[in-house]
Order: sequence, then C-alpha cells, then structure tokens
Amino acid sequence: MEFVSPEGLRLDGRRPMEMRQIRGEVGAVSKADGSAIFEMGNTKVIAAVYGPREVQNRGQQMSDQALVRCEYSMANFSTGDRMRKPKGDRRSIEISLVIRQTMEACIMTHLMPRSQIDIFVQVLQADGGTRSACINAATLALADAGIPMRDLVTSCSAGYLNSTPLLDLNYIEDSAGGPDVTVGILSKLDKVTLLQMDAKLPMDIFENVMQLAVEGCKAIANYIREVLLENTKQLEHRRGI
Amino acid sequence: MLQSKSFVRKTKQGKVLKVVREHYLRDDIYCGASICKVCDTKVARLSSSASTILVLDTNVVLNQIDLLENPAIDDVVVLSVVLDEVKNKNLSVYNRLRALCSNTLRKFFVFSNEHHKDTYVKAMVGESPNDRNDRAIRVATNWYQRHLGGGTRVLLITNDKENKRKATDEGIFAETVETYVKSLGQPNLLDLVVHPTSEDVGMEDVEDLRPSKRKVIYIEHKPMSEITAGLHRGIYHQGKLRVNRYNPFEAYVGSESIGDEIIIQGRGNMNRAFDGDVVAVELLPKEQWHEGKSLSIADDEDEEEEDVHLVPNSADDAPRNRDTIQDSSSTVNPVSCRPSGRVVGIIKRNWQSYCGSLEPMPMPAGNGGIAHALFVSKDRRIPKIRIQTRQLGNLLDKRIIVTVDSWDCLSRYPSGHYVRTIGEIGDRDTETKVVLIENDINSRPFSTQVLACLPPLPWSVSTEDLMNPNRQDLRQLRVFSVDPPGCRDIDDALHCTALPDGNFEVGVHIADVTNFVHSGTPLDDEASQRGTSVYLVERRIDMLPKPLTEDICSLRSDVERLAFSVIWVMTPEAEIISTRYTKSVIKSSAVMSYVEAQARMDDSRLMDPLTTDLRNLNTLAKIMRQRRIDRGALTLASAEVKFQIDTETHDPLDIGMYQIREANQMIEEFMLAANVSVAEKILKHFSMCSLLRRHPSPTKEMLEPLLRTAAAIGLDLDVSSSKALADSLDRAVGDDPYFNKLIRILATRCMPQAVYFCSGDLTPPEFHHYGLASPLYTHFTSPIRRYADVIVHRLLAAALGIYKLPTIFQDRPQLTSIADNLNYRHRNAQMASWASVELHTLIFFRKRPTDTEARIVKIRANGFIVFVPKYGIEGPVYLTPKGEKGGDWVVDEEHQKVKKMDGSISYSVLQMVQIHMEVVEPQPNRPKLQLTLM
Repeated sequence: MEFVSPEGLRLDGRRPMEMRQIRGEVGAVSKADGSAIFEMGNTKVIAAVYGPREVQNRGQQMSDQALVRCEYSMANFSTGDRMRKPKGDRRSIEISLVIRQTMEACIMTHLMPRSQIDIFVQVLQADGGTRSACINAATLALADAGIPMRDLVTSCSAGYLNSTPLLDLNYIEDSAGGPDVTVGILSKLDKVTLLQMDAKLPMDIFENVMQLAVEGCKAIANYIREVLLENTKQLEHRRGI
Repeated sequence: MLQSKSFVRKTKQGKVLKVVREHYLRDDIYCGASICKVCDTKVARLSSSASTILVLDTNVVLNQIDLLENPAIDDVVVLSVVLDEVKNKNLSVYNRLRALCSNTLRKFFVFSNEHHKDTYVKAMVGESPNDRNDRAIRVATNWYQRHLGGGTRVLLITNDKENKRKATDEGIFAETVETYVKSLGQPNLLDLVVHPTSEDVGMEDVEDLRPSKRKVIYIEHKPMSEITAGLHRGIYHQGKLRVNRYNPFEAYVGSESIGDEIIIQGRGNMNRAFDGDVVAVELLPKEQWHEGKSLSIADDEDEEEEDVHLVPNSADDAPRNRDTIQDSSSTVNPVSCRPSGRVVGIIKRNWQSYCGSLEPMPMPAGNGGIAHALFVSKDRRIPKIRIQTRQLGNLLDKRIIVTVDSWDCLSRYPSGHYVRTIGEIGDRDTETKVVLIENDINSRPFSTQVLACLPPLPWSVSTEDLMNPNRQDLRQLRVFSVDPPGCRDIDDALHCTALPDGNFEVGVHIADVTNFVHSGTPLDDEASQRGTSVYLVERRIDMLPKPLTEDICSLRSDVERLAFSVIWVMTPEAEIISTRYTKSVIKSSAVMSYVEAQARMDDSRLMDPLTTDLRNLNTLAKIMRQRRIDRGALTLASAEVKFQIDTETHDPLDIGMYQIREANQMIEEFMLAANVSVAEKILKHFSMCSLLRRHPSPTKEMLEPLLRTAAAIGLDLDVSSSKALADSLDRAVGDDPYFNKLIRILATRCMPQAVYFCSGDLTPPEFHHYGLASPLYTHFTSPIRRYADVIVHRLLAAALGIYKLPTIFQDRPQLTSIADNLNYRHRNAQMASWASVELHTLIFFRKRPTDTEARIVKIRANGFIVFVPKYGIEGPVYLTPKGEKGGDWVVDEEHQKVKKMDGSISYSVLQMVQIHMEVVEPQPNRPKLQLTLM
C-alpha cells in the first residue's frame, strides 16, 4: 500500500516530517490535584493526577522516595467499535508500566518520601500514538498538580513506511505493520527516558527515524511549555497580581 | 486547515463501523505550470509554451489510456481525485498513468487537489460520491483557469454528458475526447480513441449476416450484489479463469470453495470471460458434466486447429487432454469426474492489450473510410476482437496491438481499439517483437540513469579490492571455465587442486555481480524488474547492461576478475569435508567450450596440469552424480534444439538436437553442489527471508498422461516417489535405443515447474526440490543472467558479515512479490525462447520441405500427435482430412491405438512413422508448418 504518494503527501495530507495538530489543555478534572487533556490529531487523552498523598497500602510505602502509580485505560467509546474493554489486559498493563517508568524518571521522588502519586490516564479517542499522547497528557497534568519534576517529559512516535521516515503515525499508518518507534525525552536535559520499537530496522535508518521522533518530542515540549506559561499567566491574572 | 472525513464502513464480520479520518488542507501545493508566478516552479512539469492545459475526467483516463500514452497528448493535469478513482477501478490503468506522470519526457502533472485549501470540496448532503468527485474536478479546473489567468486555456476533457453540461454552465471550457482529438487534426490518433458502445449497429454486418440480428448471444451477467450473496451462500464459486492454451473453448476455474477445478466448456458457458479474469461460476447439474467435446466446438464456427509446436518441458505447458482425463475417470475412478460450470459474472477483468493481426477481409466501399474489422490474437486463448479503423488497407498485413474495451451480451465478439502497429506479418524482426511483447519482456535499451550506475570503463581490479580484508586473493590458483561455445557472459569458473593428504580442494567461482549492482540503485531496480536475461535464437536480451555482462563481470581468461567463491575440501570419494565461502579475486587461465573440455579429457596423450584438473573434477562429478541419482534425483530429457544461424542474414542454416556431453554434466554437478551449499548457509542465517527454489512433487493428475502411455505399451512405472520413478525410468529399456529417452521426455512434461519462494512463506518440508531430490536448493551460480542469484549473493554476503542485509529483506511481503515476479519473468523468458525457436523452425522449413522420422506420442480421433526428435517439435498428423468425421479409422483409447476399419493398418503410441514436413499458407500471410504421413 502506498502511504506516501509520489507527490510527497501522506494519506491524510501531511508531509512525512509533519506532526498532526496538537492541543493541550490544563485543568480538565477539578477534583484532581492536577489534570490535563492532550490531543494529537484524532487521538484524545485525559490525565488526572492525585498526590502527593498518603500511601494507601502501607506495605508499599518507601521511606526514601515517593511511590508513583499509574493506571492506563481506554474508554469503551474510544475506538470505532464500542466494545467493553476489560481492565488489566496485557496491553494496558504494559502501557501503564511504560508511562509509570517514564514519569518516575522525571519526578523528583526523593523530595516526597512516604507518599504516593497516582496518575490516571484514559484514552477518549484512539487514532494511533496513544502511548505518546498519554505521556504528554501525564506531563501536563503533573505540572498542573505542581509536582516537582526534573524536566518536561514529552513523547512522540515515528515510523518507517515506503522507505520514508514518517513522524507521528496515525492509526492507518500504525496498523500497516511497519516499525513504530516511540521516543520519550527530557527535552532540556536532552536525555532519552523511553525508547520502544517492536520491529526490525537497520541501524542507520533507525537512527534517522529516532532523530525524527526526537525532533517531534522537542516540538511538543515547546508547545507544552507555552500551554503551561499561558496557564500560569491566567492564574496570575485571576489572583490579580 | 483541518477537515475531517467521516464515513461508515462495513467490516468483514458484517459490523458497521464509523471511521473518522483527519484530512489536512495545505497551502503549499503548487500548480506545476512553469509560467506560474505565484507557485514554486521547481517541480513544474507543464511546459511554458502551452496554450492549452488539459484536465482529465476519470472516465477519460479509464477508457482512453492508450490515447494518453501517445505523445501527441501533453500538458495534462492529473488530479489526485482522478488518480484515486482510477486506482480503485483499474489498477493496471493506474500503474500506466503513474508511469506517465513520472516519465520526464512527458508533461503530466499530478495536482493534489484533495489537499489543496482552495480546491477541496466537501460532499453535500444527498450528493453521491460520484457527483462529489465530478464537482471536485470542476472546482479544480476552475481554480486552474483563475490561477493561470487568461493567457492559457484550461480545458476539461470529459465523456460524461452531465459533467460537461455542468462545466459549461459554470463557465469552464469542456470538450469530449472525440472533439478534442478531432481538433488536433491528426487522423491516426482517432483510431486510438475508444468509442462508446452506441455504435454497435454498424458492426453487426461484419460479424453476423444472419437474419437474427441483435440476438442475445450471452446470458446477462448477474449484478455484483447478487454475486456476493451467491458466493456467500455457496451457490457460486469464485476463482481465476484459465483458458486452455490448446483449446480456447475450454477453461478451468480453480475454486477454493469446492477444492477442485471447475471446467467451463464452450464460449457460451465462459460467458465473455477472458483468460485471467476473476469470475463467479455456477455449477451445472451433474448430468451435464460429461458433455462431449463435439458440442463445445459445434456452437462456435471457428475451426479448432492444432498447431505444430515445440515439445513442452513441464506439466504447466503441456496440453491437457480432457478426453483422456474423463475417460480414465469413468473407467478407473468414477467418483473423481470433474465438475463443470458456467460463468455467471465477472468480478475482476484482466483485459490487456493483445498482439495479433486482422482477419483478411475485402476493403469496404464508402462508409467514410471507417472499416470494421476482426482482430485475431496470436494468443489462442483470446477470442477475436472487433475494432474499427480508418487505415484498414494499411493494417491488413501488419502485426498490430489491440486493446479490449467492452463486450456486451448482444455481440459474439468483444470490441476493442487499435493501439499501434508492430510491423509486417512474417518479417522476422516483427515476429520477434511480437514474441517479446506477448511475453511482457522489456527489450528497450537501458536508461541513462541505469547506465550511470556502471563503473567507468576500462575497468580493472583496483588495489582497494586487493587490500579489502574480506576479499581473498586467489589469483595464484589455476581457475578455468567451461561454457557453451561463443558464450560471452561467463559467470562461473572452477578450480581443483590436489592436496598433499590426498584430498582435493575444489572451488566454484561465481562472478561478483553484487560488487557492482548495489541494492536500491536504478540499475538494481531495472535488473529486478527484468528478472532474467532472455535467450532468443538470434539475440540475447540482457538483464544487466552489456559492459557488466560481457566485460566487468564476465570471468574471461587472463584478466583479473572479482568473484564470490565456494571452496570445498573433498575426499577422493567426493565427500565434502569442509566448505568455505569468500569473496575473491581470480585470474582465469583458460576459457573452454564443452567440446574442447571433453576433447582434452578424452585425449589420453595430454598430461598437462589443466587436463589433470579436468579429469579429477570429472571423477568427482561422476561420484557426486551417482550419489544424487541414488538419492532419487530424476534424469530427465528435454528435446532442446540448436540452430546454426547465418551470420549475415540471421536466417537459420541448420537445426539439430542439442548434444549433452560428460563435460556439461561435470559443470552442472558442481554448480548444483554450490547452490545446495549456499542454500544451506543462507537458510541457517536467515531462516525467514532466504530466497530458495523448490520443485513440488507432481500430482497424480499431472502424471496421468505418462501412466496411460506407459500402460498402453505395457510398461510399469512406479511414481510413488522420485526415487521410485527414477528407478523405473532406468528400467524402461526397450529394444529400440531411443525408447528410454522418449519415455524420459514424456516424463519431463508431466513435471510441475520449479519456483522461487521466500523461506518464511512455507514450512521446511515444502522446501523440497523433487527433481534434484534435495531438501534445499537455490540459485547462486548465474548472477549475470538471473536476478535470483543476485539476491542470494547479497544474502550470502550478509551471512558472512561482509555487507549489511539490504532493508528489503526485512519486508517479507515485498520479498514474496519479488519471488513472484522472478517466477513470472522466468516463465515468460522460457516461453519467449520457445516461441523464438518455433519461429525459426518455421523460417527454416519454409525453404526446405523435409522428410523425416517421427514418433507417435498421442492418439487422437482423427489422427495422432507425433514428436520429431531431430527438430524437437511436436504436431498433429491427420489421417482423415479435416472436417470429415471419423471415417474408416477406429480409435482404441485404452491401448492408445488407431486402426483402420478393415484392420489392415494400425498405429500405436511410440511407434515410429515417416512424415513429410512442409510450410503451407492456407491463408495469405499466415504460414504454418504441416506434417503429413508418407
């Protein structure tokens, strides 16, 4: 199948190096300590953060750092066919783990010993790249909750189809069966916290694809920073400073 | 700007899904006109001098692609909406249009109107997708006109009346194809225009003079919805229609749903389906399954003729005789009688262009110079095609190409249009071109991009190559090659050194083509498309450009050449102790022909080192060969012939069987061994993506003709395994010295073809090569002339860690499609060489009526098929003149005998007869070889 036309356009009209439209919004769930909605094209994710708070299960409490927990789920209506998605299936456990580990790498857990931070992410609408969108939403929500972080973690995927590296795959491109590289970085520190790929790719091509994904992450980081800045300005305004 | 497309789709399980997709609109899509001042003109394709720019409607592209390929049509804008529609409707037209768009000599520009912010149209409520697309085309045309201003006229070409009317209302210039082509003032272009089916009345008188005009000849095809429903319920069966190569009134549909082939008899039951169409078939009631052959011929007036042809080399090419199959099934196994059916609908058409000539006809008077003629394809599987032409006188004695446009149920023949002329009928060059076109062989010279990939000439081994740690210097070895006389593309060489411990070091050195043909280059793409070199009688069509084929890669004597070597250490009993693979530099010390090599080995006075090497190799080869035969490898015989060609006129001077010597077998043995060793190595490293070659075991049905013949002459053949077959073939020795070979030739044609495949697609037991009795096999030894070998070279190099594995190997579907293409090209190349031999046989006998001896290989109702060993051809001999029924001859099917009523004369299978061969011309310009009994 032709994913990039000879004119250099992808199926949805983007060029290979272009991302989908992104949108982030802070404070979607007022009950939570921090929350955010993040959209990448038709992929829409909501994240809520509770904490730092007392550890619910005493046995898990750690005396030198905070406990980070993450729960990922997909809304029943997130895909075209409305199916009851069982909780705790393999895929969500794996993604929960991925998100938890990525976020743990940037939260300064040692500042909050004997406490717990809960991150809940739910996919409202899925169109490829849910993993990345969840991480971005979680970052935004953590920032909203005021949890100390080393840097903003952002994530973006890239793939390789029709011998072309493609940024930010949507569902059709994702299900083409080509490699899908998901990268998460700490944009200011320039450190990689997440790198996943479940296909084979020669080293030199892989480097190009990963570089592309990293560029995508940086662009998202800039955008998230803008959103946060705007949010802070509004808070300032509300407080009348 | 973001738009979202949402539509509803039904899944395979029958669920209804709503699909929402993003659709981005852009402002950086350019118009492609080089005169445009606003747009980026870097990618502009439309010429600056164009006063008219054409925008095509989908129906124009779909129907008039032949016209578009004519260079007279240029400065065309192809809208992406049109491309998408064409892609969905007809993939082959789409590919041709894409080729036009990427051809730098043509001025076709693709405008992505669907993603342009000004030309995107959203479907209105209640608007059908078709209307929406038509509107999109009009909007885009309008945008072009406004964008380019008054200086250029933007013309919408459409054959859709409604679309044209709306366009004119909106102030767009619009014309139909006919009026536009007429306005160009080139009358010959008009022949290329496909006419809508409204003009059938005029053609009736050509086709049918009987009073029952406008009779419905074929049953109306069922609508698609009914077909789908029928397939679902199991009433209809879907499959690809394959027309019998030797009897165009019989076809087979391989159906998965009933797991057997359905026979379709007669044009009526085929119901306008062409060879290769995907059709829906309905089974006939069981009592009609045994309909006689006479019926199928009687309802068509065409006389069925059997031509003289070359001896087929595998079961796929051999004519299938329905009578024998049916008879045997009724006597031996009444359950297995085969289902017959009729076509109720065509799911996918496989219409292509066909090569052939017009049926001779008188020049019609008047009618404005337009004549209706019947086109007869060279491919017998294709029915006659009606065309209309303005240049009848010109075309009558020409080979032309014609495309099919439509076939409605009122007309006996499909209607089509003329595409182009190839040349005079009977002219050798023309006929050779026809052979090439028919077999889809690209004989065009290599493009400049391809030639740019070649290393500069004169080329020689550089010090870099010698310094390369991966490349071993084997120049000190006494390497030599043995090939057919006059061979210029030498891709293999051998060496054999006696080691002090009594063992031998034997090396097979193969030209290192992949050192020059790198993956992903235009050169590589071209080679992968061509797949193989094609050997015709008088010329060779190379897979790689000549400098590579004949110089840089060719392992000529006394020059240093790069090679890829497989080196074994063997015991004197030809047991392989160790195998190693390496890239190397060699210097061949001798290039010999098979005859020379044989002469050296046979001459006992010669004791020089080279001859000793040859003898050692020959001893080893004999042991290896014996071992292979003991394992069950088949020794099959083919009836290959060799022409002697006049160097100036290129006419054949003499013709004879190709003789196989010990030297041939020696070389073959080592090549087989190298291929097997390489297959083992690459499969060990790349179990999922190796390219291997397998030869499936013949099915019972394929062996049926052989067994029948054998039974008729009282020979007992055991076909339970290749070993058993090989043994019983060895035992089949009659009092007649040629008998054994004849049986082997008959066995050969019962074998299926060997095919390339990707190891990930099949399970290891299926890798088996039946003919060679080897669990693994691949092609490694001829990279100059076969692309499969190039791939295997890359795999082997990657297995040795010399190169990285090219990315394509990660993509299994792509590798599979390459393997499929190789099989297709390989087969076509074979067909082309046969056709070329057939053509030259005809030319040879044109001036030389000959008497010769022949063998009866099959008995027919009115004669028998004979095989002429000396010339490797096969053809019918009629006992009774054609048209007359049976006469006083009686056929005994079981004993394969034909007897005269009074019992005075009888002929039986494998009997020797004297025949007379002569070229006759029953119709002008249609020469054919006729065999008559003396």
